[in-house]
Amino acid sequence: MVIMDKINFADLTWVMIATALVMIMTPTLAFFYGGLVRKKNVLSVLLQCLIILCVISIQWILFGYSLAFGPDKGGVIGGLEWLGLNGVGMAPHDTYMNTVPHQLFMIFQMMFAVITPALIIGSFVERIKFSGFLLFIILWATLVYDPLAHWVWAKDGWLMSLGALDFAGGTVIHINAGISALIFVLLLGKRQGIEHPRSPHNLPLAVLGAGFLWFGWFGFNAGSAGAANIVAVSAFINTNTAAAAAGLTWMILDWLINKVPTMLGVATGLVAGLVAITPASGYVTPLSALVIGILAGIFCFLFVSKVKEQFGYDDSLDVFGVHGIGGIVGALATGLFATKTINDAGNNGLFYGNPHQLWIQFLTTIVAIAFSAIMTFILFKIVDMIIGMRVDIKDEYIGLDLTQQHETGYTLYD
Amino acid sequence: MKYVVAIIKPHKLEAVMQELDKEEIYLRTVSEVLGCGRQKGVTEVYRGVKEVGNLLRKVKLEIAVNDKFLEPTIRAITGGAGEGEIGDGKIFVLDLKDCIRIRTGEHGGEAIG
Repeated sequence: MVIMDKINFADLTWVMIATALVMIMTPTLAFFYGGLVRKKNVLSVLLQCLIILCVISIQWILFGYSLAFGPDKGGVIGGLEWLGLNGVGMAPHDTYMNTVPHQLFMIFQMMFAVITPALIIGSFVERIKFSGFLLFIILWATLVYDPLAHWVWAKDGWLMSLGALDFAGGTVIHINAGISALIFVLLLGKRQGIEHPRSPHNLPLAVLGAGFLWFGWFGFNAGSAGAANIVAVSAFINTNTAAAAAGLTWMILDWLINKVPTMLGVATGLVAGLVAITPASGYVTPLSALVIGILAGIFCFLFVSKVKEQFGYDDSLDVFGVHGIGGIVGALATGLFATKTINDAGNNGLFYGNPHQLWIQFLTTIVAIAFSAIMTFILFKIVDMIIGMRVDIKDEYIGLDLTQQHETGYTLYD
Repeated sequence: MKYVVAIIKPHKLEAVMQELDKEEIYLRTVSEVLGCGRQKGVTEVYRGVKEVGNLLRKVKLEIAVNDKFLEPTIRAITGGAGEGEIGDGKIFVLDLKDCIRIRTGEHGGEAIG
């Protein structure tokens, strides 16, 4: 009964719903990415997303949660005290969402740990070797995601102690996944026969994915308030506002520069807006969210349509261009627009008289970029040496679905 | 006049089209087909059950040409689609009786041009 007294049941209900919303984002991401690849590879992308949901769900319970949020060791990593959820019970934790069961906080965080490695998939689609992919993801989740989550979110994590603001994971999730994606494709190389831009095989599928990402993102951001409170409402409104602003911005840029508005442009833009508002969502006003969305639309458009072409790296579905750049825009914008009038547990940014916050956000961004770049480089090299990261050229031409999985996504006759 | 039908690997279509462009042969109809040769197709697995003899995805090219363009067409297709492997495909050459351009009602070689 003592436990029950500490629990607020409105908070419990909201966080549980939010957890389910974040969970659906990974299968949804599968649709978003699946629609954008060639049809001979659609199932490979869906499988990669779904198996991450299975694998990380287990990793998190066994040791991932303990590494990320377990009792702090020097600000760098969580201890192993919480292995197998030992000591993680129904009583609320003092710091982590202190009005809901500790296990609920654990599974809410699990869904973030799941979607982050899944985001990277978009960069290496259509050529990755499944066994190499699987080993890389397990190592990456354990040695890159878990420590970084600890630094930024855990009690006494060193970036948290500096005062970095990351409401729902701009640094830990989007910068981290985006930078890893870039390093990964620089090492992996381009797809075969992709000199000319290829049209996505099923845009409606991709739009279905983008639409449900927007939906799930309410859980992602507003759920990160950890309670059914007014900060959650702010995050909810900001999420919607930034997505709308960035989708619209992308369409206008498309229209001005390429002379036509496009569906894929709007879908990409809205995701960029969702990415950028993530770290800021619980700290800024709706009008700031509008500006952040516009900035995300402009910078991500620039990187996806100009910079990628200029440098010629094959970040196939623009994980770096959307999540990496959108994440950086969001992290820095948080240092500009954050205000205590929205969330007194946060801080003020540059525009509210606290330039120091921008410096902290900048520092955090640089640390995240450096850490995920170096670690991805090392892990890639190790897995490439042990298992290999690429399929045979011939298999790549025939398609991963048939050669790696002995399945096909679509039939020509019944 | 000849009617050239070629069955090739899907990922070779782009290379074949580039070769055809080089030979200044711009008319083509492409369709996606399923087929198999002596390898008897591929095996797929659904819920643990193997399905033997599933057909492979192929691309079918159809090109109507005047006689002097026949050799360049064959050259372009073999050049673009050939890997020296089983499954590279086949080219069939048929005599073409007539060709009519719907817009003008022209017949024969001129209509193809």
